[in-house]
Amino acid sequence: MNYEAIKHPGLNLGSAHGRDHDAAEGMVFGFWVFLMSDAILFSMVFATYVTSVGATAGGPGPHELYDIKSVFIETLLLLASSFTFGMASLALKYKHGTARLIGWLAVTLVLGVAFLGFELHDFASMFSKGAVPSRSGFLSAFFDLVPLHGLHVTGGSIWLICLVGQIAMYGVDTQVKLGLMRLALFWHFLDIVWIAIFSVVYLAGLT
Amino acid sequence: MNLSDILQQPLGRMSPESLPFWQMLHDPTEGNVINGVIATGAASMVVIGAIIAVALITKYRKWGVLWSEWLTSPDHKKIGIMYVVLAFVMLTRALIEAALMRSQQAFGLGGGFLSPEHFAQLFSTHGTIMIFFVAMPFLTGVINYAMPLQIGARDVSFPVLNSISLGLTAAGAALVMISLCIGKFSTGGWFGYPPYTEASFSPGVGPDYWIWALTLASLASTLSGINFAVTIYKERAPGMKLMYMPLFTWTALCTSIIMIFAMPPLTVATAQLALDRYLGFHYFTNEFGGNMMHFVNLFWLFGHPEVYILVLPSFGVYSQVISTFSGKALFGYRSMVMATTAIAILSFGVWLHHFFTMGQNANINAVFGIASMLIGIPTGVKVYDWMWTMFRGRVRFTVPLIYSIGFIYLFVLGGITGILLANPTIDYQVHNTVFLVAHFHNVAIPGALFGLLAGYHFWFPKAFGFRLNERLGMVSAICWIFGFMLAFFPLYALGLMGLPRRSVAYNEPSYVPLEIAAFLGAILLTVALVTLVVQLWVSIKHRDENRVFVGDPWDGRSLEWSVSAPPPEYNFAVIPVVTGRDAFTIAKEAGNAYQLPDTYADIEVPKNSAMGPVLGAIGLALAFGLVWHIWWMVILFFAAAVVTMIVHGFARDTNRIVPAQQVRQEHRRWFDAVAAAKAISREDERKSANQGLAEQALPGVPA
Repeated sequence: MNYEAIKHPGLNLGSAHGRDHDAAEGMVFGFWVFLMSDAILFSMVFATYVTSVGATAGGPGPHELYDIKSVFIETLLLLASSFTFGMASLALKYKHGTARLIGWLAVTLVLGVAFLGFELHDFASMFSKGAVPSRSGFLSAFFDLVPLHGLHVTGGSIWLICLVGQIAMYGVDTQVKLGLMRLALFWHFLDIVWIAIFSVVYLAGLT
Repeated sequence: MNLSDILQQPLGRMSPESLPFWQMLHDPTEGNVINGVIATGAASMVVIGAIIAVALITKYRKWGVLWSEWLTSPDHKKIGIMYVVLAFVMLTRALIEAALMRSQQAFGLGGGFLSPEHFAQLFSTHGTIMIFFVAMPFLTGVINYAMPLQIGARDVSFPVLNSISLGLTAAGAALVMISLCIGKFSTGGWFGYPPYTEASFSPGVGPDYWIWALTLASLASTLSGINFAVTIYKERAPGMKLMYMPLFTWTALCTSIIMIFAMPPLTVATAQLALDRYLGFHYFTNEFGGNMMHFVNLFWLFGHPEVYILVLPSFGVYSQVISTFSGKALFGYRSMVMATTAIAILSFGVWLHHFFTMGQNANINAVFGIASMLIGIPTGVKVYDWMWTMFRGRVRFTVPLIYSIGFIYLFVLGGITGILLANPTIDYQVHNTVFLVAHFHNVAIPGALFGLLAGYHFWFPKAFGFRLNERLGMVSAICWIFGFMLAFFPLYALGLMGLPRRSVAYNEPSYVPLEIAAFLGAILLTVALVTLVVQLWVSIKHRDENRVFVGDPWDGRSLEWSVSAPPPEYNFAVIPVVTGRDAFTIAKEAGNAYQLPDTYADIEVPKNSAMGPVLGAIGLALAFGLVWHIWWMVILFFAAAVVTMIVHGFARDTNRIVPAQQVRQEHRRWFDAVAAAKAISREDERKSANQGLAEQALPGVPA
């Protein structure tokens, strides 16, 4: 790949994709900009959390509530899903065929849904200990930050299903390619946010 | 919320008591009747206005045109115009509210005629509307219209997203209008501080109206910011380096970047307040570890950059206007760009000066005070650049230039009072008085509104193909400028005399003369707005005498003047190649401004899309359901929003082709008009001889 072929940051489709490669320029760049805005959104919620850690109002705190084992499994699931999405992106770029592309996407979806399952289970067990958001400022902030990430993953999963539906209807056309490239960025972005959550919320909370 | 609740209360918390005349009928004391009559009158104005609009559109059979030519159009020019129309409608309401508040205070010695609650609603809606539904749509509209033309682009990067932004903004504005008819708006000011706006103190629908109106507006602005920034980065004509961009485009870029970074804190703040109110969270409550300072920080982390969102595009307009009507290139372009970017960056480091008195230590206050004063430096650079641009220019005192001169004088004054307020020790003395009200109106009205009005007069001929009436424009501009002075200068004195802001009444007789002066100022400002409306009416009536189809009525300098007025939907028959700043002036001086290309190519433009109006309507219904706790409505329209977006993802074939033959025809028609037009000198540009072709001074002869 020569230097001129790079249209935007991140994995490019490459000139083998002809016009689709050009079409990606504004679209993917625009999505990067959106992610910056989304990153600010998360950073504000992180700031709320960090400044509310002590505000337990006599209720349960991190040590009583966080289950590091479950969170570690979630982390592995999400990291693995990022890897499988990477494989899907490569399958798209090097035209490994629709079957392989859908295969990797399906694995990604399963991992993402499994992540959400574990996360919901965590929330349920916190609820059963009386740790509901209305209990304290700390829990309000926790249930702002972590489920916000979960909602993003849910949205990403729905998007992924829709893109597979579009592949079924139209094949891997320009819009599917652009959609996959943006969803890939979104998915990896959520991975990075999760690493921040894992460090700031769980690891720091349990030390 | 469970199924039986939904079935038992299909209208949520709505009841006959939500109507504005209910209290007056059931408890007809004198005060209740006065307030009821005013509220009912305002509500009927909304209802009657809507009915008249619907009736007129039906009578003239314009629904089809409205839908297919305007509401669903992805054309940035039409979207821009619709934004400005929305801004003018909302400006009318907010200005009437302002006049009502001034009259209350003029008669406020020992009481006045409005109830404290009614007065509180007035200042809350006035502020909310002026910021989110006047200034924001106005500047977004002007950027939408002018910026793609200035950079030689065919449209913004994401035309349908642009239409969605408009839909969401209009939905937010509609929600505020509905609050006039059903229920009551927030009484918590435009920034809605908790814990006052929490459910425990304000259980009614008011803060919810405020929350959802702002949420819709802030989402729309985030999307607009992304759209504009990507457009400027990616869609510039070949050869247009960043440092060749017209200054208005630079300010549009900086404003967009601020939107991208500053709107999310507002989204977070309103979302968290909503969670507090709806689900019993404790972000900002008084108990269970809530902390209202979180809200204050989040809000002003948005709120301060927001004031630069408002003011920067106007700085851009002034730069274009002053340069054009002085017949000179902008003085100190590079310093102007640096000042603009410096302001954009500094804007994120000063938010704490909005609450110097709220408990942080003196050192922190000092840091933020100094940071706030620093903003005076780049702003000062700009003022000097504008003055040097006019220096030794052949200045033509057109309406936009009158606004610009008024701005320079008044904004410097507003800036100086800003420097005063940036000093925490002084701030402690005057905070929460009308001195502050005077200050921020002194920067917002000359700084933002005058610039947008100047832009409206400047680009109107480009958008509609005829010039606005010059004399009425002048009358209006003078009324705005002097009305502003009369309305707000007394508030500086009143503030120093100790009148707290948001006072419904007072017991100090020495306030009365100044209050009456301010009231007269408000009347003059109302006259200014009425004159603007009359001017539009008169200009439309006499449009045939003032046509400027050729497209360059002011001897313009940037690319938007190089095409017909109004421009074709694809803007440029052939994308221009840019070789320097003031690209159109370069072309005119080289004598190749109007040239026929050898060949024309097909042009791809986006097809119309219903996404904007549909998502706007869904957003409005969803927000309305949330305000009134009508849960079936919330569920239904949330689902509708998700389904709509998914269906949109499946849409294909969203572009259409304008054939080269049609482009050729339209371009030739315009070119014939150029050839037939008589060029006019700059002195004659305000006469009906102006057909939009500017006479070029001979090289070497001073202009």
